[in-house]
Amino acid sequence: MLDIQKIRADFPILEEKINGKDLVYFDNAATTQKPLPVLNALANYYGHYNANIHRGIHHLAEKATSAFEASRKTIQKFLNAKYTEEIIFTYGTTDGINLVAQTYGRAFLKEGDEIIISTMEHHSNIVPWQMLCEQNGCVLKVIPINDNGELILEEYEKLLSEKTKFVSVVHVSNSLGTINPVKYIIEKAHEVGAKVLIDGAQATSHLNIDVQDLNTDFYVFSAHKLYGPTGMGALYGKKEILEAMPPYRGGGEMIKEVTFEKTTYNELPYKFEAGTPNIADVIAVKTAIEYIEELGKENVAAYENELLAYATEQLSKIEGLKIIGQAKEKVSVISFVIDGIHPQDIGVILDQQGIAVRTGHHCTQPLMKRFGIPGTSRASFAVYNTKEEIDKLVLGIEKVKKMVL
Amino acid sequence: MTINEIQDELIEEFELFDDWEGKYEYIIDLGKKLPKLADEHKTEENIIKGCQSIVWLNAYLEGDKLIFEADSEAIIVKGLVSMLLKVLSGHTPEEVLKADLYFINRVGLSSHLAQTRSNGLASMVKQMKAFALAFQLIEENK
Repeated sequence: MLDIQKIRADFPILEEKINGKDLVYFDNAATTQKPLPVLNALANYYGHYNANIHRGIHHLAEKATSAFEASRKTIQKFLNAKYTEEIIFTYGTTDGINLVAQTYGRAFLKEGDEIIISTMEHHSNIVPWQMLCEQNGCVLKVIPINDNGELILEEYEKLLSEKTKFVSVVHVSNSLGTINPVKYIIEKAHEVGAKVLIDGAQATSHLNIDVQDLNTDFYVFSAHKLYGPTGMGALYGKKEILEAMPPYRGGGEMIKEVTFEKTTYNELPYKFEAGTPNIADVIAVKTAIEYIEELGKENVAAYENELLAYATEQLSKIEGLKIIGQAKEKVSVISFVIDGIHPQDIGVILDQQGIAVRTGHHCTQPLMKRFGIPGTSRASFAVYNTKEEIDKLVLGIEKVKKMVL
Repeated sequence: MTINEIQDELIEEFELFDDWEGKYEYIIDLGKKLPKLADEHKTEENIIKGCQSIVWLNAYLEGDKLIFEADSEAIIVKGLVSMLLKVLSGHTPEEVLKADLYFINRVGLSSHLAQTRSNGLASMVKQMKAFALAFQLIEENK
């Protein structure tokens, strides 16, 4: 059993007052808050061993380099990747998807090849592929969803053919909370010889990730949704695929030898890490992962599921409220609409009560269109949230109804 | 009344509220009372960019006075835009262009001016001033 009060004490921001009220932070799918050990890791790096990494021979450079590379090792274990060099540091999920689209995609996909995504993708898993389609003449295909917010797998299988060269789908939907059967999706894609990228932005803080068991070709995630710092993420890629891919950005760090006639590129993972990386944040992500692992992923997931079940039960009692996204397999995300009230009004009035939710299309406009709504209000729960806070949300929504209707 | 007199009146009205609820109930009420914009004006061009909810703004000249009309799908935004109409509608384009909208700060709504894309009060003001400038140029070139 997790001691939630003890966990809450690790997150200084939870003591903030918003509009004079205790903060109720239910916008965790956008970004999670950061525990003290992560904040300390950042301060400790800048305060005691800030230096540019690799190649420096002085003490600080060596210390920073080993902390930086230790993070790669931690992420390797976290995802259960086979090799450390399969972990490429990025600026986040979006950056990772763009990297794959612009390197693997440009090098290996050609006119008429098909890329499959799904209706519930975040814009960051739509637009990079559309850009590639414009460049290469590839064709984008979209897996439809049912009214519960689940992928229609029969339709997915119908889309698959020898033309399918790439499948890029989200592990967990940011708008609906749906957990997709990615292992099955990957298996089916491989049967037609397509490569697969899984967008893990919303998955890593809730689920155990095992890239070898999934047998995925690529997996991307962001640290800031995992109790870590912003502006940092990672791309996992199978070693032989990463090796075959051309580099992405050019610059320092990613080269072996530079002459004006020709440049040879560095080996993995540095080939994809041009320029001075985000050293401090990379180092701090190790602390974030250790923090979660110390709590135990299973314990966290069990507690979050308890919050989800409680919130679903309580919110369902509110007249006129409809939950959007009722998949059987879900993480702790609840999107809802209320008859006659615009999501923005819900967000503004909840904010006055110190409750932070997200309103709008959640960067999934095609998905909102599928449900025929302009947007939703979304409450997403993390390990530091409580049932008492959910009760406040329910009271808050009742107040919205009283004021607006 | 001048633009500033209307602003001062609004500030006085808001001084009566001692909590956020009263203030927002008032804004919601303004939103509910705002006449609906005719469907013919709910066009793509009349949509103000930079708001989370759709806001339509239309403007025309009546004599030398600029008349604004607006609508939104969100009630608080509709209330906010209604306040802007109250202050700016019915004045000359020149007066609208010169207007310093100090009431927004004074009634404690400056957070709605933030460039968060959420409420877009700043975008509304910008769009109203753009209309004023356009009508001023049309008049000058007559």
